[in-house]
Amino acid sequence: MFSRLLTSALFAGAAAGLCAALLQLFFVQPILLHAELYETGTLVHFGSESVVSAHQALPGFEPMRDGLSIFFTMLVYSGYALLTVGAMELAAQRGHTIDGRTGLLWGFAGFLAFHFAPGFSLAPEVPGVAAADVQIRQLWWLATVVTAISGIGLIAFGTTWKAWAPAVVLLLAPHVIGAPQPEVYTGPVPTELGAEFAARAFGVGLAAWVMLGSFAGFFWKRETARAQSLANA
Amino acid sequence: MQVQATTSVSTSGSRSLPILFCALLGIGIIFTTGHIQASALHDAAHDVRHATGFPCH
Repeated sequence: MFSRLLTSALFAGAAAGLCAALLQLFFVQPILLHAELYETGTLVHFGSESVVSAHQALPGFEPMRDGLSIFFTMLVYSGYALLTVGAMELAAQRGHTIDGRTGLLWGFAGFLAFHFAPGFSLAPEVPGVAAADVQIRQLWWLATVVTAISGIGLIAFGTTWKAWAPAVVLLLAPHVIGAPQPEVYTGPVPTELGAEFAARAFGVGLAAWVMLGSFAGFFWKRETARAQSLANA
Repeated sequence: MQVQATTSVSTSGSRSLPILFCALLGIGIIFTTGHIQASALHDAAHDVRHATGFPCH
């Protein structure tokens, strides 16, 4: 069974990760590179008197840097896929239907848990922004993802308010408590770039996660059918 | 039929252990890619961490 789950997850993770990487390179990376011009001090922008052009010449595809990004995006989405396929198997053992179509919902839930819930209070950061200590933010990120997964699971599989009420508490708690914020704002990057970066990061994350869920459902169903036909042969 | 009978008596451990391995492997990969601050790893995964919404530096 492990090899069946592993195969489904790696197919789904690699495919969705490749799509995510290409979307990121096209839509997110130019904003990141633009922001780095401000982060490094190459460009300086303050106040309403700025004369710095909003259109800068940016490097194109960089084989080493962007190749690594493609590799690590496929890797992280394979990690997401392993968790998703494991959870799908658990749901299937309890009689829930898993296929490419129901996988769309799983993908949406995964986006909410891994991207939107932590990003709601700790927005995707463009390089150069002021932020609290990275370890504290990572801890908060982890706690928020865990509570979001628990909350979404309770909403999806619970049948009464005994499940839904604690789910609401779990989903709200990290944001009511609040994410670690910087002491002062020192970011040199224009807010326009920061906002566009966060919006694009969310958009690409949503598209990639929905694909991941659908691919995971599709490959899980295919691998499960194959294992059953082998067992019956 | 014989195979189906064998499958149906598989213990709950053999049904849930592979799921546990999957989850642990997934968590390991996500943490290595997204969270470990060792500088070589951080630099290599830098753009991905920003674009995927992980706290980066």
